[in-house]
Amino acid sequence: MPTADLARLASIARDCRVQIIRMLTHAGSGHPGGSLSVIDILTTLLFARMRYDPKRPDWPDRDRVVLSKGHAVPALYSVMARAGYFPESQLITLRKLGSPLQGHPDRVMLPGIEAATGSLGQGLSVAMGMALGLRLDGRPSRVYCVLGDGEIQEGQVWEAAMEAPKLGQPDHPLDNLCVILDYNKIQLDDFVKKVLDLEPVLEKWKGFGWPVLEIDGHDLAQIDKALDQAEAIKGRPTFVVAHTVKGKAVSFMENDPEWHGKAPKPREGIRAVREILGVAEGDWAAYLGAHAETAAIVKELEALEKK
Amino acid sequence: MPAKASRAAFGEAILELGAQDPRIVVVDADLRKSTMTSAFAKAYPGRAFNVGIAEANMIGIGAGLALAGKIPFICSFACFVVGRFETIRVSVAYTRANVKIVGTHAGIAIGEDGYSQMGLEDIACLRALPNIPIIQPADESETKQAVAYAVEHQGPLYLRLTRQNLEPVSPPDYRFQFGKAVVLRPGGDVTILASGGPVFNALKAAEKLKGEGVRAEVINVACIKPLDEELIVRSAGKTGRVVTVEDHSISGGLGGAVSELLAEVHPTPLKRLGIQGFGESGDPKGLYAKHGLDPDGIARSVMKFLNR
Repeated sequence: MPTADLARLASIARDCRVQIIRMLTHAGSGHPGGSLSVIDILTTLLFARMRYDPKRPDWPDRDRVVLSKGHAVPALYSVMARAGYFPESQLITLRKLGSPLQGHPDRVMLPGIEAATGSLGQGLSVAMGMALGLRLDGRPSRVYCVLGDGEIQEGQVWEAAMEAPKLGQPDHPLDNLCVILDYNKIQLDDFVKKVLDLEPVLEKWKGFGWPVLEIDGHDLAQIDKALDQAEAIKGRPTFVVAHTVKGKAVSFMENDPEWHGKAPKPREGIRAVREILGVAEGDWAAYLGAHAETAAIVKELEALEKK
Repeated sequence: MPAKASRAAFGEAILELGAQDPRIVVVDADLRKSTMTSAFAKAYPGRAFNVGIAEANMIGIGAGLALAGKIPFICSFACFVVGRFETIRVSVAYTRANVKIVGTHAGIAIGEDGYSQMGLEDIACLRALPNIPIIQPADESETKQAVAYAVEHQGPLYLRLTRQNLEPVSPPDYRFQFGKAVVLRPGGDVTILASGGPVFNALKAAEKLKGEGVRAEVINVACIKPLDEELIVRSAGKTGRVVTVEDHSISGGLGGAVSELLAEVHPTPLKRLGIQGFGESGDPKGLYAKHGLDPDGIARSVMKFLNR
């Protein structure tokens, strides 16, 4: 991918991280850690890979993403808003009564969401069914499924893992399906390794018949290249292990299980926004003076503090 | 029409409908020979998928196929498929995926295999979900019409089918209507609401009751959700006594649904006949006799209920 494109993606991912913090702080609950770990993957998917039309969310030939780790849906909402499915101003209705931005994805309330997820372990099966249906109809669409690492402790994932490379063979193999593991190493209670270690995770998926790629899930060029490789692999779906950092880009959230499912307080949210934007504390006032959009977001968050 | 299992009628119907509608696909979990989808799989190998003994994955694949525009029938024993309740709850019901869930081997009438293979709580489970209708046909004719309806119905739906043969009970000109129950035998002293396998026995029981001077109205309730509230309330109002008969737990099934309806709309003395506790191995006739679902047992319960 050309450098200019990478810079554009990095800029979108940064904006989306800010929006994730913004909406979670407004909501007062939700899952920042896994949203920040998956956002570079979702940004690359929506802004470098997938074909879709926000004005026609039911376009049959669209590419699809199933966010099986549904608790990270703030990340998906942030890229969907950026893509034009709904206005960014709506992001702060997350988790509020009457909002289509449910705490976990609802495909009827928010057009563009492909499947209701959030009960972990179910998304891969649904993505497989979609991929198969699209293949049967000879459609060009690709299906992406994003799994959480803790999520693959669910048994249904392994039913799906065993079946996916075989489903539809020989005439309709699921090479239109690419599964990405957001391997941030932390689940709700503790580190994955301490709760139920997944290792050797690459060998497990290989053993089930999947071509497996391994990347840094925050390196946009690596993500894009892996998706290229996945698209080139014929006859089987591809599995991408993306090593990520939970809470990525916010120093006090990174690698801390506490930030799996806790929203930042307004003051923490503002600090998180500043860190995401890479601004030193001493330069912050000047930065806000020069960046009206960020200043508006910060002002909103300050107002929450006073409530 | 000879007796036929509703699973067998389903297998014939889906084979026939498959020829007319290429959107129909069938997903199984290693029980094709039991769910009777082998003929469909043979006729349309590209539209039949056996995903192995993995019901949760089967449900999710069905949901995905539906979201891609197919009309998937996902088939297993009632207890196994509905046993993966939480996957149905989110991937099918909440997702509003147009999946047709087919649960065969409903009830203790499967006999010798025993409790672990018997669908006895499936209706109770699915009644709790907001958008999954429950249809339990009582004979071949009704089953075939219900399967055809399932194809047309927009949204998920549950078909509850039997392993055992079912004697015909429907009138020759019977037309299945979604949400409608049908009076098979009019009467004024007591209403017997029956569904699925025991409907035939309920009719036999009504015959016996006639000999005792009791005119029982027998209604076949194929559509357990939504219920035909109008017909049931009208009949209850006429007879003043209601008995429900089903091969399912007495909790949460037809009896539960009718109790809830009548308690709110038209309080009526009611007796639920069905399975209490776990099922067990045995010959189907013996099991129905033991659990009071044979003609004698139903008639006896009705007489006792009427204090006669």
